[in-house]
Amino acid sequence: MQFLDFEKPIQDLYEELDRIREVSKKSKVDLSASISDIEKKIEESKKSLYKNLSGWQRVQLSRHPERPYTLEYIERISEGFVELFGDRNVKDDKAMVGGFGQIQGQTVMFVGHQKGNTTKQRQYRNFGMANPEGYRKALRLMKMAEKFNKPIVCLIDTPGAFPGIEGEERGQAEAIARNIQDMFLLTVPVVCVIIGEGASGGAIGIGVGDRVFMMENTWYSVISPESCSSILWRSWEHKERAAEALKLTAKDMLGNGLIDGIIKEPLGGAHVNPEEAAKNLQKKIVESLKELIPMDAEERIQERMAKFVKMGVFNEA
Amino acid sequence: MTWFKRETQGIFTQTEEKKEVPEGLWFKCGSCKTTILTDDVHANSWVCPKCDYHLRIGSDEYFEILFDNKYTELDANLEAANPLEFVDSKPYSDRIKATQKSTGLKDSMRTATGKVDGVPMTICCMDFNFIGGSMGAVVGEKIARAVDHCIANRQALMIISKSGGARMMEAAFSLMQMAKSSAKLAQLGREKLPYISLMTDPTTGGVTASYAMLGDFNISEPGAMIGFAGPRVIKETIKRDLPKGFQTAEMVQETGFLDFIVHRKELKTKIAHILRMLM
Repeated sequence: MQFLDFEKPIQDLYEELDRIREVSKKSKVDLSASISDIEKKIEESKKSLYKNLSGWQRVQLSRHPERPYTLEYIERISEGFVELFGDRNVKDDKAMVGGFGQIQGQTVMFVGHQKGNTTKQRQYRNFGMANPEGYRKALRLMKMAEKFNKPIVCLIDTPGAFPGIEGEERGQAEAIARNIQDMFLLTVPVVCVIIGEGASGGAIGIGVGDRVFMMENTWYSVISPESCSSILWRSWEHKERAAEALKLTAKDMLGNGLIDGIIKEPLGGAHVNPEEAAKNLQKKIVESLKELIPMDAEERIQERMAKFVKMGVFNEA
Repeated sequence: MTWFKRETQGIFTQTEEKKEVPEGLWFKCGSCKTTILTDDVHANSWVCPKCDYHLRIGSDEYFEILFDNKYTELDANLEAANPLEFVDSKPYSDRIKATQKSTGLKDSMRTATGKVDGVPMTICCMDFNFIGGSMGAVVGEKIARAVDHCIANRQALMIISKSGGARMMEAAFSLMQMAKSSAKLAQLGREKLPYISLMTDPTTGGVTASYAMLGDFNISEPGAMIGFAGPRVIKETIKRDLPKGFQTAEMVQETGFLDFIVHRKELKTKIAHILRMLM
Protein backbone atom coordinates (compact mmCIF):
# COMPACT_ATOMS: atom_id res chain seq x y z
CA MET A 1 0.00 0.00 0.00
CA GLN A 2 1.14 3.51 -0.75
CA PHE A 3 1.14 5.95 2.14
CA LEU A 4 0.67 9.70 1.96
CA ASP A 5 2.95 12.08 3.84
CA PHE A 6 0.51 12.64 6.68
CA GLU A 7 0.07 8.89 7.07
CA LYS A 8 3.73 8.50 8.15
CA PRO A 9 2.94 7.55 11.78
CA ILE A 10 0.72 4.71 10.51
CA GLN A 11 3.29 3.66 7.96
CA ASP A 12 5.88 3.44 10.75
CA LEU A 13 3.60 1.24 12.81
CA TYR A 14 2.99 -1.09 9.87
CA GLU A 15 6.72 -1.35 9.28
CA GLU A 16 7.28 -2.17 12.94
CA LEU A 17 4.57 -4.79 12.71
CA ASP A 18 6.31 -6.39 9.74
CA ARG A 19 9.63 -6.40 11.60
CA ILE A 20 8.22 -8.09 14.66
CA ARG A 21 6.43 -10.68 12.55
CA GLU A 22 9.69 -11.41 10.80
CA VAL A 23 11.54 -11.74 14.08
CA SER A 24 8.87 -13.96 15.52
CA LYS A 25 9.00 -16.18 12.44
CA LYS A 26 12.78 -16.49 12.46
CA SER A 27 13.36 -16.89 16.18
CA LYS A 28 10.24 -18.97 16.77
CA VAL A 29 9.55 -16.83 19.83
CA ASP A 30 5.93 -16.11 20.57
CA LEU A 31 5.50 -12.37 20.03
CA SER A 32 1.75 -12.46 19.50
CA ALA A 33 1.20 -10.17 22.49
CA SER A 34 3.28 -7.37 21.01
CA ILE A 35 1.82 -8.01 17.57
CA SER A 36 -1.73 -7.55 18.76
CA ASP A 37 -0.50 -4.57 20.74
CA ILE A 38 0.75 -2.88 17.60
CA GLU A 39 -2.34 -3.87 15.68
CA LYS A 40 -4.43 -2.17 18.33
CA LYS A 41 -2.18 0.87 18.14
CA ILE A 42 -2.64 0.99 14.36
CA GLU A 43 -6.41 0.93 14.68
CA GLU A 44 -6.36 3.65 17.31
CA SER A 45 -4.03 5.97 15.48
CA LYS A 46 -5.99 5.42 12.26
CA LYS A 47 -9.17 6.41 14.00
CA SER A 48 -7.72 9.58 15.47
CA LEU A 49 -5.85 10.49 12.26
CA TYR A 50 -8.78 10.13 9.86
CA LYS A 51 -11.31 11.68 12.21
CA ASN A 52 -10.15 15.21 11.59
CA LEU A 53 -8.51 15.46 8.22
CA SER A 54 -7.70 18.89 6.85
CA GLY A 55 -8.96 20.08 3.50
CA TRP A 56 -5.60 19.46 1.88
CA GLN A 57 -5.37 15.94 3.33
CA ARG A 58 -8.76 15.15 1.81
CA VAL A 59 -7.47 16.45 -1.52
CA GLN A 60 -4.48 14.12 -1.21
CA LEU A 61 -6.75 11.16 -0.46
CA SER A 62 -9.01 12.06 -3.40
CA ARG A 63 -5.95 11.72 -5.65
CA HIS A 64 -4.55 8.57 -4.07
CA PRO A 65 -3.08 6.51 -6.92
CA GLU A 66 -4.80 3.34 -5.69
CA ARG A 67 -8.23 4.94 -5.43
CA PRO A 68 -11.01 3.23 -7.39
CA TYR A 69 -12.00 5.06 -10.57
CA THR A 70 -15.25 5.15 -12.52
CA LEU A 71 -14.98 1.85 -14.44
CA GLU A 72 -13.99 -0.01 -11.28
CA TYR A 73 -17.04 1.32 -9.44
CA ILE A 74 -19.29 0.46 -12.38
CA GLU A 75 -17.85 -3.05 -12.38
CA ARG A 76 -18.49 -3.39 -8.65
CA ILE A 77 -21.98 -1.90 -8.42
CA SER A 78 -23.63 -3.11 -11.62
CA GLU A 79 -24.08 -6.18 -13.79
CA GLY A 80 -23.93 -6.58 -17.54
CA PHE A 81 -22.23 -3.26 -18.24
CA VAL A 82 -22.02 -2.43 -21.95
CA GLU A 83 -19.58 0.36 -22.63
CA LEU A 84 -20.56 2.78 -25.38
CA PHE A 85 -18.02 4.92 -27.21
CA GLY A 86 -17.81 8.12 -29.19
CA ASP A 87 -19.60 11.43 -29.53
CA ARG A 88 -20.83 10.71 -33.11
CA ASN A 89 -19.00 13.83 -34.28
CA VAL A 90 -15.27 13.93 -33.75
CA LYS A 91 -13.93 10.97 -31.82
CA ASP A 92 -14.05 8.89 -28.68
CA ASP A 93 -12.73 10.70 -25.61
CA LYS A 94 -10.93 8.25 -23.34
CA ALA A 95 -11.22 10.57 -20.36
CA MET A 96 -15.00 10.18 -20.39
CA VAL A 97 -16.65 6.76 -20.28
CA GLY A 98 -20.23 5.57 -20.27
CA GLY A 99 -22.74 2.89 -21.06
CA PHE A 100 -25.74 0.92 -19.85
CA GLY A 101 -25.58 -1.37 -16.85
CA GLN A 102 -27.95 -2.78 -14.28
CA ILE A 103 -27.98 -2.00 -10.58
CA GLN A 104 -30.02 -4.63 -8.76
CA GLY A 105 -32.09 -5.19 -11.87
CA GLN A 106 -32.60 -1.50 -12.69
CA THR A 107 -31.05 -0.46 -16.00
CA VAL A 108 -29.15 2.83 -15.68
CA MET A 109 -26.91 4.89 -17.94
CA PHE A 110 -23.49 5.45 -16.41
CA VAL A 111 -21.43 8.46 -17.40
CA GLY A 112 -18.15 9.38 -15.78
CA HIS A 113 -14.61 10.69 -16.00
CA GLN A 114 -11.97 8.00 -16.20
CA LYS A 115 -8.44 8.19 -14.84
CA GLY A 116 -5.69 5.60 -15.31
CA ASN A 117 -3.87 3.40 -12.80
CA THR A 118 -0.51 3.18 -14.54
CA THR A 119 1.61 5.84 -16.23
CA LYS A 120 0.58 4.52 -19.62
CA GLN A 121 -3.06 4.35 -18.63
CA ARG A 122 -2.95 7.80 -17.13
CA GLN A 123 -1.72 9.22 -20.43
CA TYR A 124 -4.27 7.18 -22.37
CA ARG A 125 -7.03 8.61 -20.18
CA ASN A 126 -5.51 12.11 -20.37
CA PHE A 127 -5.44 12.16 -16.54
CA GLY A 128 -9.22 12.32 -16.48
CA MET A 129 -9.30 15.65 -18.31
CA ALA A 130 -11.98 15.50 -20.97
CA ASN A 131 -12.13 17.45 -24.22
CA PRO A 132 -15.34 18.83 -25.77
CA GLU A 133 -15.99 15.47 -27.47
CA GLY A 134 -15.99 13.89 -24.01
CA TYR A 135 -18.73 16.22 -22.82
CA ARG A 136 -20.65 15.70 -26.05
CA LYS A 137 -20.28 11.93 -25.71
CA ALA A 138 -21.67 12.24 -22.17
CA LEU A 139 -24.63 14.27 -23.42
CA ARG A 140 -25.30 11.85 -26.26
CA LEU A 141 -25.48 8.98 -23.79
CA MET A 142 -27.69 10.96 -21.41
CA LYS A 143 -30.11 11.78 -24.24
CA MET A 144 -30.20 8.10 -25.15
CA ALA A 145 -31.03 7.24 -21.54
CA GLU A 146 -33.84 9.79 -21.73
CA LYS A 147 -35.15 8.19 -24.92
CA PHE A 148 -35.41 4.79 -23.25
CA ASN A 149 -36.59 6.27 -19.96
CA LYS A 150 -33.61 5.03 -17.91
CA PRO A 151 -32.08 6.93 -14.98
CA ILE A 152 -28.60 8.40 -15.27
CA VAL A 153 -25.71 8.00 -12.83
CA CYS A 154 -22.78 10.40 -13.25
CA LEU A 155 -19.48 9.61 -11.54
CA ILE A 156 -17.28 12.69 -11.34
CA ASP A 157 -13.50 12.51 -10.97
CA THR A 158 -11.51 15.12 -12.86
CA PRO A 159 -8.72 17.63 -12.22
CA GLY A 160 -10.50 19.84 -14.78
CA ALA A 161 -11.57 20.04 -18.40
CA PHE A 162 -8.48 19.83 -20.64
CA PRO A 163 -7.00 23.23 -21.52
CA GLY A 164 -5.64 22.69 -25.04
CA ILE A 165 -5.70 24.29 -28.47
CA GLU A 166 -7.92 21.66 -30.13
CA GLY A 167 -10.31 21.67 -27.19
CA GLU A 168 -10.74 25.42 -27.47
CA GLU A 169 -11.23 25.21 -31.21
CA ARG A 170 -13.87 22.52 -30.83
CA GLY A 171 -15.70 24.59 -28.22
CA GLN A 172 -14.79 23.34 -24.76
CA ALA A 173 -16.82 26.14 -23.19
CA GLU A 174 -19.85 25.55 -25.41
CA ALA A 175 -19.79 21.81 -24.73
CA ILE A 176 -19.78 22.30 -20.97
CA ALA A 177 -22.43 25.03 -21.08
CA ARG A 178 -24.67 22.88 -23.29
CA ASN A 179 -24.35 19.91 -20.94
CA ILE A 180 -25.21 21.98 -17.88
CA GLN A 181 -28.30 23.45 -19.51
CA ASP A 182 -29.53 20.25 -21.15
CA MET A 183 -29.07 18.22 -17.98
CA PHE A 184 -31.66 20.47 -16.33
CA LEU A 185 -34.19 19.43 -18.95
CA LEU A 186 -33.63 15.66 -18.84
CA THR A 187 -36.91 13.88 -18.18
CA VAL A 188 -35.23 10.98 -16.37
CA PRO A 189 -33.72 10.93 -12.85
CA VAL A 190 -30.08 12.04 -12.58
CA VAL A 191 -27.82 11.10 -9.66
CA CYS A 192 -24.32 12.62 -9.57
CA VAL A 193 -21.52 11.52 -7.27
CA ILE A 194 -18.09 13.07 -6.83
CA ILE A 195 -15.91 9.97 -6.40
CA GLY A 196 -12.52 11.76 -6.47
CA GLU A 197 -11.74 15.21 -7.75
CA GLY A 198 -14.48 17.68 -8.62
CA ALA A 199 -12.63 20.46 -10.36
CA SER A 200 -14.63 23.35 -11.65
CA GLY A 201 -16.38 23.43 -15.04
CA GLY A 202 -14.92 20.04 -15.91
CA ALA A 203 -16.87 18.53 -13.02
CA ILE A 204 -20.13 20.45 -13.29
CA GLY A 205 -20.22 19.63 -17.01
CA ILE A 206 -21.69 16.27 -15.92
CA GLY A 207 -22.74 17.49 -12.47
CA VAL A 208 -26.33 18.68 -12.68
CA GLY A 209 -28.47 16.15 -10.86
CA ASP A 210 -31.63 15.62 -8.84
CA ARG A 211 -29.22 14.37 -6.21
CA VAL A 212 -25.57 15.35 -5.97
CA PHE A 213 -23.42 13.46 -3.48
CA MET A 214 -19.77 13.56 -2.53
CA MET A 215 -17.82 10.61 -1.24
CA GLU A 216 -16.21 11.35 2.09
CA ASN A 217 -12.64 11.96 0.90
CA THR A 218 -13.22 14.03 -2.20
CA TRP A 219 -13.19 17.70 -3.09
CA TYR A 220 -15.41 19.90 -5.23
CA SER A 221 -14.70 23.53 -6.03
CA VAL A 222 -14.20 26.19 -8.64
CA ILE A 223 -10.43 25.75 -8.77
CA SER A 224 -7.79 23.35 -7.47
CA PRO A 225 -5.98 24.42 -4.29
CA GLU A 226 -2.68 24.58 -6.23
CA SER A 227 -4.02 26.93 -8.90
CA CYS A 228 -5.82 29.01 -6.28
CA SER A 229 -2.56 29.32 -4.35
CA SER A 230 -0.62 30.31 -7.46
CA ILE A 231 -3.13 33.03 -8.31
CA LEU A 232 -3.51 34.45 -4.83
CA TRP A 233 -0.02 33.98 -3.45
CA ARG A 234 1.99 33.57 -6.66
CA SER A 235 3.26 30.11 -5.69
CA TRP A 236 2.03 26.54 -5.20
CA GLU A 237 3.46 26.55 -1.69
CA HIS A 238 0.27 27.75 -0.05
CA LYS A 239 -1.94 24.92 -1.27
CA GLU A 240 -2.86 23.87 2.29
CA ARG A 241 -4.04 27.38 3.04
CA ALA A 242 -5.91 27.55 -0.25
CA ALA A 243 -7.58 24.19 0.43
CA GLU A 244 -8.87 25.52 3.74
CA ALA A 245 -10.02 28.83 2.28
CA LEU A 246 -11.93 27.18 -0.57
CA LYS A 247 -14.06 25.05 1.82
CA LEU A 248 -13.93 22.24 -0.69
CA THR A 249 -14.52 19.16 1.47
CA ALA A 250 -17.72 17.12 1.44
CA LYS A 251 -18.54 18.33 4.94
CA ASP A 252 -18.14 21.99 3.97
CA MET A 253 -20.12 21.54 0.78
CA LEU A 254 -22.97 19.87 2.62
CA GLY A 255 -22.88 22.58 5.31
CA ASN A 256 -23.17 25.23 2.62
CA GLY A 257 -26.14 23.48 1.04
CA LEU A 258 -24.33 22.85 -2.25
CA ILE A 259 -24.63 19.04 -2.21
CA ASP A 260 -27.32 16.65 -0.97
CA GLY A 261 -25.28 14.21 1.06
CA ILE A 262 -22.02 12.44 1.84
CA ILE A 263 -21.22 8.81 1.08
CA LYS A 264 -19.07 7.20 3.76
CA GLU A 265 -15.73 5.66 2.86
CA PRO A 266 -13.84 2.94 4.71
CA LEU A 267 -11.43 4.16 7.37
CA GLY A 268 -8.35 5.51 5.56
CA GLY A 269 -10.10 6.08 2.23
CA ALA A 270 -11.88 4.22 -0.57
CA HIS A 271 -8.67 2.54 -1.75
CA VAL A 272 -8.24 0.71 1.56
CA ASN A 273 -11.39 -1.28 0.89
CA PRO A 274 -12.87 -0.57 -2.56
CA GLU A 275 -15.55 -3.19 -2.07
CA GLU A 276 -16.93 -1.44 0.99
CA ALA A 277 -16.72 1.94 -0.75
CA ALA A 278 -18.62 0.56 -3.75
CA LYS A 279 -21.26 -0.96 -1.51
CA ASN A 280 -21.88 2.40 0.16
CA LEU A 281 -22.04 4.08 -3.23
CA GLN A 282 -24.49 1.52 -4.56
CA LYS A 283 -26.70 1.85 -1.50
CA LYS A 284 -26.96 5.61 -1.94
CA ILE A 285 -27.73 5.35 -5.66
CA VAL A 286 -30.43 2.71 -5.08
CA GLU A 287 -31.98 4.77 -2.28
CA SER A 288 -32.04 7.91 -4.43
CA LEU A 289 -33.51 6.16 -7.46
CA LYS A 290 -36.25 4.74 -5.26
CA GLU A 291 -37.23 8.29 -4.35
CA LEU A 292 -36.78 9.75 -7.82
CA ILE A 293 -38.27 7.17 -10.19
CA PRO A 294 -41.88 7.47 -8.95
CA MET A 295 -41.84 11.26 -9.35
CA ASP A 296 -43.46 13.00 -12.29
CA ALA A 297 -40.84 14.01 -14.87
CA GLU A 298 -41.83 17.67 -14.91
CA GLU A 299 -41.89 17.82 -11.13
CA ARG A 300 -38.36 16.41 -11.10
CA ILE A 301 -37.16 19.01 -13.60
CA GLN A 302 -38.75 21.83 -11.60
CA GLU A 303 -37.17 20.63 -8.36
CA ARG A 304 -33.79 20.15 -10.03
CA MET A 305 -33.88 23.71 -11.30
CA ALA A 306 -35.18 25.15 -8.04
CA LYS A 307 -32.40 23.47 -6.08
CA PHE A 308 -29.62 25.06 -8.15
CA VAL A 309 -31.39 28.42 -8.51
CA LYS A 310 -31.40 28.70 -4.71
CA MET A 311 -27.60 28.43 -4.55
CA GLY A 312 -25.70 31.61 -3.80
CA VAL A 313 -25.50 34.01 -0.88
CA PHE A 314 -25.81 37.77 -1.40
CA ASN A 315 -27.04 40.88 0.38
CA GLU A 316 -29.86 43.11 -0.69
CA ALA A 317 -29.88 46.61 0.72
CA MET B 1 17.86 53.14 -31.77
CA THR B 2 16.81 49.87 -30.19
CA TRP B 3 18.41 46.55 -30.93
CA PHE B 4 15.31 44.50 -30.54
CA LYS B 5 11.87 45.46 -31.65
CA ARG B 6 8.96 44.14 -29.63
CA GLU B 7 6.45 42.66 -32.02
CA THR B 8 3.68 41.53 -29.71
CA GLN B 9 1.41 44.15 -28.24
CA GLY B 10 0.21 44.74 -24.76
CA ILE B 11 3.33 44.03 -22.78
CA PHE B 12 4.31 47.59 -22.03
CA THR B 13 0.81 48.99 -21.64
CA GLN B 14 0.82 51.90 -19.23
CA THR B 15 -1.78 51.84 -16.47
CA GLU B 16 -3.47 54.95 -17.89
CA GLU B 17 -3.83 53.26 -21.25
CA LYS B 18 -5.50 50.27 -19.60
CA LYS B 19 -8.35 52.45 -18.37
CA GLU B 20 -11.56 51.18 -19.85
CA VAL B 21 -13.09 54.52 -20.69
CA PRO B 22 -10.77 57.42 -21.38
CA GLU B 23 -10.97 60.53 -19.25
CA GLY B 24 -9.77 63.99 -20.19
CA LEU B 25 -9.87 65.92 -23.42
CA TRP B 26 -7.50 63.77 -25.45
CA PHE B 27 -7.27 60.04 -25.85
CA LYS B 28 -4.47 57.88 -27.21
CA CYS B 29 -5.71 54.72 -28.94
CA GLY B 30 -4.29 51.58 -27.30
CA SER B 31 -3.98 49.93 -30.69
CA CYS B 32 -2.86 52.49 -33.31
CA LYS B 33 -1.50 55.01 -30.76
CA THR B 34 -3.16 57.94 -32.54
CA THR B 35 -4.19 60.80 -30.31
CA ILE B 36 -7.83 61.71 -30.79
CA LEU B 37 -10.34 63.98 -29.10
CA THR B 38 -12.14 61.94 -26.43
CA ASP B 39 -15.46 63.39 -27.58
CA ASP B 40 -14.86 62.00 -31.06
CA VAL B 41 -14.26 58.50 -29.67
CA HIS B 42 -17.36 58.79 -27.50
CA ALA B 43 -19.44 59.88 -30.49
CA ASN B 44 -18.09 56.84 -32.35
CA SER B 45 -19.51 54.38 -29.74
CA TRP B 46 -16.08 54.15 -28.07
CA VAL B 47 -14.47 52.77 -31.20
CA CYS B 48 -11.25 54.35 -32.47
CA PRO B 49 -12.22 56.37 -35.58
CA LYS B 50 -8.78 55.71 -37.08
CA CYS B 51 -8.28 51.95 -36.66
CA ASP B 52 -11.68 50.60 -35.54
CA TYR B 53 -10.23 49.32 -32.26
CA HIS B 54 -13.15 48.58 -29.92
CA LEU B 55 -12.32 50.05 -26.52
CA ARG B 56 -13.20 48.05 -23.44
CA ILE B 57 -16.22 49.81 -22.02
CA GLY B 58 -18.55 49.20 -19.08
CA SER B 59 -22.25 48.90 -18.41
CA ASP B 60 -22.86 52.68 -18.39
CA GLU B 61 -21.49 53.00 -21.90
CA TYR B 62 -23.30 49.94 -23.29
CA PHE B 63 -26.62 51.07 -21.83
CA GLU B 64 -26.09 54.51 -23.37
CA ILE B 65 -25.22 53.01 -26.75
CA LEU B 66 -28.10 50.51 -26.82
CA PHE B 67 -31.13 51.99 -25.12
CA ASP B 68 -33.31 54.69 -26.70
CA ASN B 69 -32.87 57.72 -24.45
CA LYS B 70 -33.98 56.22 -21.15
CA TYR B 71 -33.78 52.94 -19.31
CA THR B 72 -34.57 51.63 -15.84
CA GLU B 73 -32.01 49.76 -13.80
CA LEU B 74 -33.30 46.60 -12.07
CA ASP B 75 -32.09 44.95 -8.86
CA ALA B 76 -29.50 47.66 -8.33
CA ASN B 77 -29.13 46.88 -4.65
CA LEU B 78 -27.70 43.38 -4.80
CA GLU B 79 -24.30 43.08 -3.15
CA ALA B 80 -21.85 40.27 -2.55
CA ALA B 81 -21.84 38.56 0.83
CA ASN B 82 -18.86 36.64 2.19
CA PRO B 83 -20.32 33.23 3.04
CA LEU B 84 -16.94 31.48 3.14
CA GLU B 85 -15.23 34.28 5.09
CA PHE B 86 -12.58 34.20 2.42
CA VAL B 87 -9.29 35.96 3.14
CA ASP B 88 -6.41 36.28 0.73
CA SER B 89 -4.20 39.36 0.88
CA LYS B 90 -7.20 41.00 2.50
CA PRO B 91 -10.66 39.85 3.58
CA TYR B 92 -13.08 39.45 0.67
CA SER B 93 -15.58 41.85 2.30
CA ASP B 94 -12.92 44.56 2.41
CA ARG B 95 -12.02 43.90 -1.20
CA ILE B 96 -15.66 44.30 -2.20
CA LYS B 97 -15.98 47.58 -0.28
CA ALA B 98 -12.77 48.97 -1.73
CA THR B 99 -13.76 48.00 -5.28
CA GLN B 100 -17.22 49.47 -4.84
CA LYS B 101 -15.59 52.70 -3.75
CA SER B 102 -13.07 52.88 -6.57
CA THR B 103 -15.51 51.88 -9.33
CA GLY B 104 -18.81 53.28 -8.11
CA LEU B 105 -20.34 49.88 -8.96
CA LYS B 106 -22.07 47.40 -6.64
CA ASP B 107 -20.80 44.27 -8.40
CA SER B 108 -19.65 43.05 -11.80
CA MET B 109 -23.09 43.00 -13.46
CA ARG B 110 -25.88 45.54 -13.90
CA THR B 111 -29.33 44.90 -15.32
CA ALA B 112 -31.44 47.50 -17.12
CA THR B 113 -34.66 47.40 -19.06
CA GLY B 114 -35.92 49.71 -21.76
CA LYS B 115 -36.33 49.97 -25.50
CA VAL B 116 -33.65 49.23 -28.07
CA ASP B 117 -34.55 50.89 -31.35
CA GLY B 118 -38.16 50.66 -30.23
CA VAL B 119 -37.95 46.98 -29.18
CA PRO B 120 -38.50 46.39 -25.46
CA MET B 121 -35.78 44.27 -23.91
CA THR B 122 -33.74 43.63 -20.77
CA ILE B 123 -29.96 43.77 -20.80
CA CYS B 124 -27.51 42.41 -18.22
CA CYS B 125 -24.07 43.92 -18.71
CA MET B 126 -20.84 42.97 -16.98
CA ASP B 127 -18.18 45.41 -15.81
CA PHE B 128 -14.64 44.12 -16.13
CA ASN B 129 -13.14 46.64 -13.73
CA PHE B 130 -15.07 45.09 -10.84
CA ILE B 131 -12.67 42.27 -9.75
CA GLY B 132 -12.01 41.27 -13.36
CA GLY B 133 -15.69 40.95 -14.15
CA SER B 134 -15.74 37.83 -12.02
CA MET B 135 -18.93 35.85 -11.54
CA GLY B 136 -20.21 35.41 -8.01
CA ALA B 137 -23.63 34.92 -6.45
CA VAL B 138 -24.72 38.47 -7.38
CA VAL B 139 -24.21 37.77 -11.08
CA GLY B 140 -26.22 34.54 -10.86
CA GLU B 141 -29.05 36.24 -9.01
CA LYS B 142 -29.14 39.20 -11.41
CA ILE B 143 -29.46 36.84 -14.36
CA ALA B 144 -32.14 34.84 -12.53
CA ARG B 145 -34.20 37.95 -11.85
CA ALA B 146 -33.65 39.34 -15.35
CA VAL B 147 -35.01 36.08 -16.78
CA ASP B 148 -38.06 36.32 -14.52
CA HIS B 149 -38.55 39.91 -15.65
CA CYS B 150 -38.35 38.89 -19.30
CA ILE B 151 -40.83 36.07 -18.83
CA ALA B 152 -43.27 38.31 -16.94
CA ASN B 153 -43.06 40.99 -19.64
CA ARG B 154 -42.62 38.72 -22.67
CA GLN B 155 -39.31 40.36 -23.60
CA ALA B 156 -36.02 39.25 -25.08
CA LEU B 157 -32.91 39.07 -22.91
CA MET B 158 -29.41 40.13 -23.79
CA ILE B 159 -26.36 39.45 -21.64
CA ILE B 160 -23.17 41.34 -22.39
CA SER B 161 -20.30 39.26 -21.03
CA LYS B 162 -16.89 40.62 -20.12
CA SER B 163 -15.23 38.47 -17.54
CA GLY B 164 -12.17 36.63 -16.33
CA GLY B 165 -14.44 33.81 -15.15
CA ALA B 166 -15.54 32.58 -11.76
CA ARG B 167 -14.93 34.59 -8.59
CA MET B 168 -12.47 32.54 -6.60
CA MET B 169 -13.40 34.17 -3.29
CA GLU B 170 -16.84 32.59 -3.56
CA ALA B 171 -15.35 29.21 -4.50
CA ALA B 172 -18.06 26.55 -4.96
CA PHE B 173 -20.82 29.14 -4.65
CA SER B 174 -19.33 30.80 -7.71
CA LEU B 175 -19.14 27.45 -9.55
CA MET B 176 -22.82 26.83 -8.90
CA GLN B 177 -23.71 30.12 -10.61
CA MET B 178 -22.85 28.36 -13.86
CA ALA B 179 -25.65 25.91 -13.15
CA LYS B 180 -27.99 28.56 -11.76
CA SER B 181 -27.71 30.88 -14.75
CA SER B 182 -28.03 27.96 -17.20
CA ALA B 183 -31.17 26.73 -15.42
CA LYS B 184 -32.75 30.18 -15.66
CA LEU B 185 -31.84 30.48 -19.35
CA ALA B 186 -33.42 27.06 -19.90
CA GLN B 187 -36.61 28.51 -18.41
CA LEU B 188 -36.42 31.48 -20.76
CA GLY B 189 -35.92 29.08 -23.65
CA ARG B 190 -38.97 27.04 -22.66
CA GLU B 191 -40.97 30.27 -22.90
CA LYS B 192 -39.66 30.68 -26.45
CA LEU B 193 -38.19 34.06 -25.64
CA PRO B 194 -34.97 34.98 -27.46
CA TYR B 195 -31.66 35.27 -25.67
CA ILE B 196 -28.79 37.16 -27.26
CA SER B 197 -25.32 36.65 -25.80
CA LEU B 198 -22.80 39.32 -26.68
CA MET B 199 -19.27 38.27 -25.77
CA THR B 200 -16.97 41.24 -25.45
CA ASP B 201 -13.27 41.50 -24.81
CA PRO B 202 -12.45 39.39 -22.79
CA THR B 203 -14.93 36.56 -22.11
CA THR B 204 -13.32 33.53 -20.47
CA GLY B 205 -13.63 30.69 -17.96
CA GLY B 206 -16.83 29.77 -16.21
CA VAL B 207 -18.72 32.61 -17.85
CA THR B 208 -17.96 31.33 -21.35
CA ALA B 209 -18.72 27.78 -20.16
CA SER B 210 -22.21 28.76 -19.04
CA TYR B 211 -24.45 31.69 -20.02
CA ALA B 212 -22.14 33.31 -22.58
CA MET B 213 -22.20 30.27 -24.90
CA LEU B 214 -25.91 29.53 -24.44
CA GLY B 215 -27.35 32.29 -26.60
CA ASP B 216 -29.87 31.64 -29.33
CA PHE B 217 -27.55 34.15 -30.90
CA ASN B 218 -23.92 34.06 -29.82
CA ILE B 219 -22.38 37.27 -31.09
CA SER B 220 -19.25 39.29 -30.50
CA GLU B 221 -17.35 42.46 -31.32
CA PRO B 222 -14.31 42.58 -33.64
CA GLY B 223 -11.09 41.42 -32.01
CA ALA B 224 -12.65 40.29 -28.74
CA MET B 225 -10.82 37.54 -26.85
CA ILE B 226 -13.11 34.58 -26.17
CA GLY B 227 -12.06 31.31 -24.59
CA PHE B 228 -12.48 28.73 -21.87
CA ALA B 229 -8.96 28.34 -20.50
CA GLY B 230 -6.67 31.35 -20.43
CA PRO B 231 -3.85 31.48 -23.02
CA ARG B 232 -1.17 31.27 -20.32
CA VAL B 233 -2.67 28.09 -18.85
CA ILE B 234 -2.93 26.48 -22.28
CA LYS B 235 0.65 27.45 -23.14
CA GLU B 236 1.93 25.96 -19.88
CA THR B 237 -0.06 22.76 -20.42
CA ILE B 238 0.87 22.02 -24.01
CA LYS B 239 4.32 23.59 -23.83
CA ARG B 240 4.23 25.26 -27.23
CA ASP B 241 3.22 28.61 -28.67
CA LEU B 242 -0.34 29.38 -29.55
CA PRO B 243 -1.34 29.97 -33.18
CA LYS B 244 -1.88 33.55 -34.36
CA GLY B 245 -5.38 34.82 -33.82
CA PHE B 246 -6.11 32.03 -31.33
CA GLN B 247 -9.18 32.76 -29.17
CA THR B 248 -10.12 35.90 -31.10
CA ALA B 249 -13.76 36.46 -32.02
CA GLU B 250 -12.83 35.98 -35.66
CA MET B 251 -11.35 32.54 -34.94
CA VAL B 252 -14.25 31.54 -32.71
CA GLN B 253 -16.64 32.43 -35.54
CA GLU B 254 -14.49 30.43 -37.96
CA THR B 255 -14.61 27.35 -35.72
CA GLY B 256 -18.37 27.61 -35.56
CA PHE B 257 -19.29 29.03 -32.19
CA LEU B 258 -20.37 32.58 -33.05
CA ASP B 259 -23.36 33.53 -35.17
CA PHE B 260 -21.76 36.78 -36.20
CA ILE B 261 -19.37 39.55 -35.26
CA VAL B 262 -20.87 43.00 -35.23
CA HIS B 263 -19.29 46.44 -35.25
CA ARG B 264 -20.34 48.30 -32.14
CA LYS B 265 -21.89 51.10 -34.19
CA GLU B 266 -24.25 48.61 -35.84
CA LEU B 267 -24.99 46.57 -32.72
CA LYS B 268 -28.19 48.35 -31.74
CA THR B 269 -29.89 48.31 -35.14
CA LYS B 270 -28.85 44.74 -35.85
CA ILE B 271 -30.19 43.17 -32.66
CA ALA B 272 -33.40 45.23 -32.89
CA HIS B 273 -33.81 44.02 -36.47
CA ILE B 274 -33.43 40.37 -35.44
CA LEU B 275 -35.86 40.71 -32.57
CA ARG B 276 -38.43 42.42 -34.79
CA MET B 277 -38.25 39.46 -37.15
CA LEU B 278 -38.85 37.03 -34.30
CA MET B 279 -41.32 38.66 -31.96
